[in-house]
Amino acid sequence: METRAAPPLSEPEPAERPRVSRLDIFTGFFLVGMFGFGGIAAAMHHVIVERRRWLNDQQYASVLGLGQVLPGANLVNMATIVGDRFQGFWGAVLALVGLTFMPVVILVALATVYDQFATNPDVISATKAAAAGAVGLMFGTAWKIGKNIVTTRWALFFATLCFISIGILRLPLVTTLLVLGPISVAVSFWRGER
Amino acid sequence: MKTDLLVSLALTFFTTAIFSVGGISAMIPEVHRQVVEVHGWLGNDSFASAFALSQIAPGPNILMMTMLGWRIAGWSGLVVATLATIIPTSALSLIAGRAENRISHARWYGLTKRAFPPLVVGLICASALVTAQAAIDQWLGYVLMAGVALFVALTRQNPLVPLSLATLVGIVAGRLGYF
Repeated sequence: METRAAPPLSEPEPAERPRVSRLDIFTGFFLVGMFGFGGIAAAMHHVIVERRRWLNDQQYASVLGLGQVLPGANLVNMATIVGDRFQGFWGAVLALVGLTFMPVVILVALATVYDQFATNPDVISATKAAAAGAVGLMFGTAWKIGKNIVTTRWALFFATLCFISIGILRLPLVTTLLVLGPISVAVSFWRGER
Repeated sequence: MKTDLLVSLALTFFTTAIFSVGGISAMIPEVHRQVVEVHGWLGNDSFASAFALSQIAPGPNILMMTMLGWRIAGWSGLVVATLATIIPTSALSLIAGRAENRISHARWYGLTKRAFPPLVVGLICASALVTAQAAIDQWLGYVLMAGVALFVALTRQNPLVPLSLATLVGIVAGRLGYF
């Protein structure tokens, strides 16, 4: 819990902010999109931090944290913020277009091919298996991040309640979050006070 | 009427996206509820194949919404679903990103950052359950699911490895008449 007395420290700016052109933004996120298989998290970090060095690890984590708190796809949010940071509004637009345009084209092409062979038994088995595997990926991911997050009884309580509401009772997302969100924040607040 | 469909599509994806704390995992159960259960635009089969295809293709997983839009209403559906999912939340991100310094030191931000992650974990599990029920109809599917889940939970390898392996096993099992 941060204390109120601490003055807001400004982020340590690097001595020289990297020069990133609009073309760089477009090509950078184009690469992230094209090489991001099974999610783009790894490709995003690789391009932004390791290869192009637009952000250091600390700045990356900070922007990613913001992208996660905001609604919508975390990494798409992040691309918007990074594009805007270096090249303003059009940087954000180019980041989004670079990230999504070719993957959309590939996805539609893939679906078209899939439809041609949708009655082929091998394709049916492969799609069913890939979907089952991808569900496994979700459970595995839930376990991986869950073991670092669900460390208290309250966290377990809220995770379980949210799972039951959406997964089992199939209640609307909006209702669930409008009820559980504020209560969870209130509990965090109350526990932080003690 | 096509226009009515597109408006309805836009509203569905917009509302879902703007409340999807935790990204795609928050969107999947709600979009399944809307698209399959409430509106009946698609069956479980199309929903499952859109999920599988968007996982196989490169790019952000959120493009599953693009695929759903395409399946529901063709090219105009593709554009509407994609824009309704991405633009409002990106606009919000743009504004928030410019205020990052102020936001990241605000008290509510710290609270939210601690309060939301457990909900997100619950959402990912719910998402996995809803997708499993839509996409898996045989015991072998559950075996493959469990295999990939264990691999991902216990190792730090690229998930493409177990995913490709599962797909391969599926094809072979299909040939042998088990899938």
